[in-house]
Amino acid sequence: MSDVPLEVKEPTKNVVLEVKELTTKYITRDEESVYAVDHVSLKVEAGKSLGIAGESGCGKSTLALSLMGYYFPPLHYTSGEIIINGQNITGLDPNVVRKTILGNEIAYIPQSAMNALNPTRKIINFIEDVIQAHDFYLTKKDIYDRARQLFERLGLPAEVLEKYPVELSGGMKQRTVIAVSVILYPSVLIADEPSSALDVTSQKMVIKMLKNLMEYNLITSLIFITHELPLLYNVTDDIMVMYAGQIVEQATAKKAVFDPLHPYAKGLMGSIIVPESGLRDVKLTAIPGVPPNLKNPPSGCRFAERCKYVRPDCRGASVELRDIGFGRAYRCILHEGELRSYYQKEASNNARL
Amino acid sequence: MPGYKNIILSGSGVTKIFGFGRQRTLAVDHVDFAFHESEIISIVGESGSGKTTFAKMILGLISVTEGEIFFQGKKRDISSNKKRQEYWKNTQAIFQDPFSSFNTFHKVDAVLLDCIRMRGGGKLPREKKVELMSEACSFVSLKFEEMTNKYPFELSGGQMQRLMIARIFLLKPKILLADEPTSMVDACSRATILDYLMQLRNEIGMTLIFITHDIGLAYYVSDTVYIMERGKFVESGPPDIVILHPKEAYTRRLISDVPKIYEEWDLSTV
Repeated sequence: MSDVPLEVKEPTKNVVLEVKELTTKYITRDEESVYAVDHVSLKVEAGKSLGIAGESGCGKSTLALSLMGYYFPPLHYTSGEIIINGQNITGLDPNVVRKTILGNEIAYIPQSAMNALNPTRKIINFIEDVIQAHDFYLTKKDIYDRARQLFERLGLPAEVLEKYPVELSGGMKQRTVIAVSVILYPSVLIADEPSSALDVTSQKMVIKMLKNLMEYNLITSLIFITHELPLLYNVTDDIMVMYAGQIVEQATAKKAVFDPLHPYAKGLMGSIIVPESGLRDVKLTAIPGVPPNLKNPPSGCRFAERCKYVRPDCRGASVELRDIGFGRAYRCILHEGELRSYYQKEASNNARL
Repeated sequence: MPGYKNIILSGSGVTKIFGFGRQRTLAVDHVDFAFHESEIISIVGESGSGKTTFAKMILGLISVTEGEIFFQGKKRDISSNKKRQEYWKNTQAIFQDPFSSFNTFHKVDAVLLDCIRMRGGGKLPREKKVELMSEACSFVSLKFEEMTNKYPFELSGGQMQRLMIARIFLLKPKILLADEPTSMVDACSRATILDYLMQLRNEIGMTLIFITHDIGLAYYVSDTVYIMERGKFVESGPPDIVILHPKEAYTRRLISDVPKIYEEWDLSTV
């Protein structure tokens, strides 16, 4: 057996991924522009994970797609910078991005990725394709050894490699896809709803695997996208809440869940369901309405339509993200103290009958 | 827990076996149950534990191999089409996937008009029907003017799921069975949908049966929780007892599989 080492990428800088004012848009058939990611800035440090939360249609998945720096219609790049390990990848030739950045530096697991496995090919053939597509010329034996080592490390049986996708259960397929996504040892892994189509037991295995990837240094940073806040809370260090293409709240996981500032983030936290005592005593708070159509986003605060604490000046000029230190920021014209006192009043009214 | 008076649906020794010989699978294994009027029940189990098979038997979509189901104290009779229609007036369901719950060729109006006809309002004048439909739509914060003359595929997933609830509002059944009604929608719409279902329960006093693998959901909504393992109810009772102080190892495992926010989530057990 030839020894293919499990090489581990040393982070060249402390900040692995830095995004500055990234804006991307969809161009529809009627030539209208829809800005699904609007001036988003973020930083992910080595060894840290970032969670992105928000309702469906808030731009979470589009952000994930945009972060890779590889755009295909109808998604188009507008402005901003993406810097991975010190290298600015915006403006690079798409073919260069595809061959040298994707999979090597940044890997992406789209929603329902497991359904994309080719039913006529074995998992090992799929891995061969992945490696060849990135211009790595390895022999079949080397590829097999590398895959087997990786799978064993992650607690997946090596027999999976010789199987067809139909022979695997949903949870196993999903874990296989995640393992394959890190076969080129990327620095950043973006996982978009990796567990939402699975039952709770398989979900737990997927989450454990993502945590293992970080622990074994197979990836340096993780970006995890889901609407299930209890999951984010358990996996990531920081949480970012998106609404209508913008970041509305940024905080550590603990602060975001237990002490959110933006009314939208507060609303999302109010919809958490966990089997723990105390849950039955409070009523779930649903946010009325739906996110705005981003073809013509409302002027001023984009959440104003659905906000309980809306006041006339909310609808004036667009609201800036307010940085209040300690890695916290929120996008609301109200002051921290004001928001907190509203929430306190609310909490006392919200006891379940 | 409020005292329930009447048992609406009960069963003794209800069993379902699929296949014969070596293919024989015991999906639901001699279960006994008694559901009361306006009670909220959750049936929780992992995939393959038989909860959907159980639901289909309750709805009368598949036959019962052994045992009896009693509806309002009498033996349930769905032997003919007419009797089955009669039973379905009282027993309705909401399924997991709103996209496959509608007939693509029927407009939204037809779906709602069907419900009115089923309640015996087929001969009502058009204005009266529109009024009923608007009322049902506004219950789930949809606008009837926006819904009318549309096909289901023109609606979003959340709108479809809400339209399903509008149907239930028109039909006012005695029993509503919800099979994973929120597993395909995001956390925020989940709260909205649960809210409507609870409101509906309070208004028309129906029995609500949730089929789910999410024990958090079961804990939040139900009056009584049944835990299903390999076709059997292994534990049942009020959620504060079953979920906060589980006796069975299986229940404990189901609980440990769900992420927590106040306690630490132990990942070492998978």
